[in-house]
Amino acid sequence: MISIANVTKQYKGSAKPALDNVSLEIEKGEFVFLVGASGSGKSSLMRLMLREDVPTKGAVHVLGENLIGIPSRRVPYFRRKLGVVFQDFRLLTNKTVAQNVAFSLEVIGKSQGFIQQAVPDVLRLVGLEGKENRLPTELSGGEQQRVALARAIVNKPSILLADEPTGNLDPTTSQEIMALIERINLSGTTVIMATHDRNIVDRLQKRVVELNGGVIIRDQLGAGYQKSQTGANPIIEGGFFN
Amino acid sequence: MRAGFIFKEIIQGLKRNASMVVSVVLVTFISLTFVGTASLLQLQIGQMKNYWYDRAQVAVYMCTDVSPSDTCPQGGASADLIAAVEQRLGSPTLQPYIEKFYFENHDQAYKTFQDQFEGNAVAKYVTPEQLNETFWINLKDATKSQIITESFSGVAGVEEVRDQRTYLDQIFSILNAASIAAIAIASLMLVSAALLISTTIRLSAFSRRRELGIMRLVGASNFYIQLPFILEGVVAATIGSVLAGGAVVAIVQFFVQGYLAQQLPFTSFVGLADGLLVVPILIGAGMLLAAAASGLAIRRYLKI
Ligand SMILES: Nc1ncnc2c1ncn2[C@@H]1O[C@H](COP(=O)(O)OP(=O)(O)OP(=O)(O)O)[C@@H](O)[C@H]1O
Ligand SMILES: [Mg+2]
Repeated sequence: MISIANVTKQYKGSAKPALDNVSLEIEKGEFVFLVGASGSGKSSLMRLMLREDVPTKGAVHVLGENLIGIPSRRVPYFRRKLGVVFQDFRLLTNKTVAQNVAFSLEVIGKSQGFIQQAVPDVLRLVGLEGKENRLPTELSGGEQQRVALARAIVNKPSILLADEPTGNLDPTTSQEIMALIERINLSGTTVIMATHDRNIVDRLQKRVVELNGGVIIRDQLGAGYQKSQTGANPIIEGGFFN
Repeated sequence: MRAGFIFKEIIQGLKRNASMVVSVVLVTFISLTFVGTASLLQLQIGQMKNYWYDRAQVAVYMCTDVSPSDTCPQGGASADLIAAVEQRLGSPTLQPYIEKFYFENHDQAYKTFQDQFEGNAVAKYVTPEQLNETFWINLKDATKSQIITESFSGVAGVEEVRDQRTYLDQIFSILNAASIAAIAIASLMLVSAALLISTTIRLSAFSRRRELGIMRLVGASNFYIQLPFILEGVVAATIGSVLAGGAVVAIVQFFVQGYLAQQLPFTSFVGLADGLLVVPILIGAGMLLAAAASGLAIRRYLKI
């Protein structure tokens, strides 16, 4: 589903690569946390999966597409199979909740009939019933992130990329958002989520990929935020690199 | 592709940048009016060339008693010399080039002169003998006047051979220079129109950069992202070019036909048909220019 092989990403004008010979395989339906200190390369890795950027070296395959060789006119069609949410929600402040979600369907040429059906459905799914006509400024942070999630999943993507989706939310609201993301994952969508939230990672006990200075130092199933000896099924243990 | 959505986006874009859009309209209007006028001037020159070159003749002026003695040492051309020139014009060597020719004697020349300079003081002092007797020649191909010039220059009794086209060429080269200047100015204005359009579109894209970012994120195709911007530029430029087309037609109708043609009745001028011919070209050029300028401007925002 996602295959990253020996990827190095060196941004122009920086001495150290943001990603250094990273390899990673993610199967369909998996839930993967990306953890690591600020600047460790989590967002860089996600940008490569979304084909917002190309690696300096190495290969990236997502959903059967070779993202190095893909012609740029095919990139939009590739992105329609992915959903993305960010820490800062990225909503259009001059559009209502429903219009924000509808916009993402309009711009990929979906029919009005489909939009009128899909938007209320997805807003109900994320728990925003009755708030369709509010503007983003009239919503709490958690509600705004729900709108962003609704927008990300309305087109039924195979993969959801979430870059610190709870970064701006209080613990309770974060839990609600995580419940939603888990539900999305349970319905078959592969979820890759970068986070600094120790509690969430510890509680969910999913696969954890830890980056440090652009290098994967841990890739562990059913693990917590920090490397633990008790974690089941260690794929790569921290000690492996030390 | 949903037309309603695109349409909504264009209207929004036009509203958002109303003042820039107005300046795009004005600049395309003025620059294309210039282009239109310059092309009409070219048409006019072409038309006048056709008209006058057809009527231009080659004149073989025979010596008179008052001709300068270096070209006419023998004084006025005798009947024999005149007959010799006439014979030569009718000869098989020159025949193929000549459509027709006729001879104008002193009295006919005097009459023409009196008609032309009626009321002018010079008409009173001139006598028939001072005016050249002339062979007027219409050529089959007006560009071949050289043949006549070469055949008769220096021939006894011939004072001068003159192609009327040389006078016309002077006038036309002045008109031509004027129209080239107009085209040069028009091109500069078109360049500024193109730059203004691309600035406007860039501004429009900048003010919508959040939308653009989201569109790219959710996988809107480049075509879909570009279209509202390109159409925004095209709509503004089309309004300008339609105005320019109207101005050109008005210039033809009211200035050329309504004023010039009345003042100078013996010259043929470009008509409404020519004006209407220019209009679609202007509109097409305006739309193309805007599409290219806004397409290039928006490209930067489409880099993946
Ligand atoms: N567009 C860019 N140009 C140059 N350097 C960049 C760019 N984006 C990221 N970097 C650098 O690459 C490294 C990794 O950045 P990245 O954003 O991937 O980290 P991160 O793990 O997402 O951090 P955070 O947890 O703070 O979001 C950093 O050193 C950063 O300065
Ligand atoms: Mg980041």
